[in-house]
Amino acid sequence: MSDQSLLSPTGVDLVFALLALVAVASALMVVSTTQIVHAALWLVVSLGAVAGCYLVLTAEFVAWMQVLIYLGAVVVLLMFGMMLTRAPIGPSDDLTGTNRLVALFAAVALTAVLGVLVVDAFGSTMIDVSGEPSSASVMGEALFRHWVLPFEALSVLLLSALVGAIALSKSDEEA
Amino acid sequence: MHLSLPLLLSVALFGIGVYGLLVRRNAILVLMSVELMLNGVNVSLVAFDVFWAEALRAGQSLAIFVITIAAAEIGLGLAILLLLYRMRGSIAVDEATDLREDPA
Repeated sequence: MSDQSLLSPTGVDLVFALLALVAVASALMVVSTTQIVHAALWLVVSLGAVAGCYLVLTAEFVAWMQVLIYLGAVVVLLMFGMMLTRAPIGPSDDLTGTNRLVALFAAVALTAVLGVLVVDAFGSTMIDVSGEPSSASVMGEALFRHWVLPFEALSVLLLSALVGAIALSKSDEEA
Repeated sequence: MHLSLPLLLSVALFGIGVYGLLVRRNAILVLMSVELMLNGVNVSLVAFDVFWAEALRAGQSLAIFVITIAAAEIGLGLAILLLLYRMRGSIAVDEATDLREDPA
């Protein structure tokens, strides 16, 4: 662990805190905006800021996977879903249910419990982010040396999920 | 860097995702909230991977697996939503009440 003192934030800390602030603020916009397309665009901002956080944490390959899969594929799929279900363009009030207070209470309680737990358990633990970033070659070696079986199982899972998606969304007329 | 900094980001994203999951009516927005929760989990996986710094790279490998599963989940989830929309003309989650017990 590094030997820096608890109360002197370094530049890395500040960059991470700023990115985290962007991620949290845009995540709040995702769950509170009244325009469904804006929610998808705020999701892009939030996931992009999280990818920046991965870069600060030296997880280079995960960051690029986040950009490629989440920002590239998942958000486009969500947009297609909006288009195909004729989501309302422009502000609409019925995106949010009536149980707002209950949801707020549950989420704040959960966040408070987890946050207190994390600070209590790891409040003084430092991590070293000055090491070598885990590039594609490092991650490829780890994945294909130690994680081959889960990796292959996951590829079969992904294949069956996508075949299932095609089978579900096929129209019944020719069946 | 403090380990609690990325962990607090993870907790915040997870909590916001829980709020969106509970409060949103449109099912696509519910799926987005699930994505936020999965991202929160991923941040803590990567943070603990950097904390342990072992050769297995368990945290980052699991983060990549979670990203893959999230992609599969979005594909299947949207197919189910399309089917729901085709059957009922609406994807509001509180109108899909087929499995609800009849109010007494």
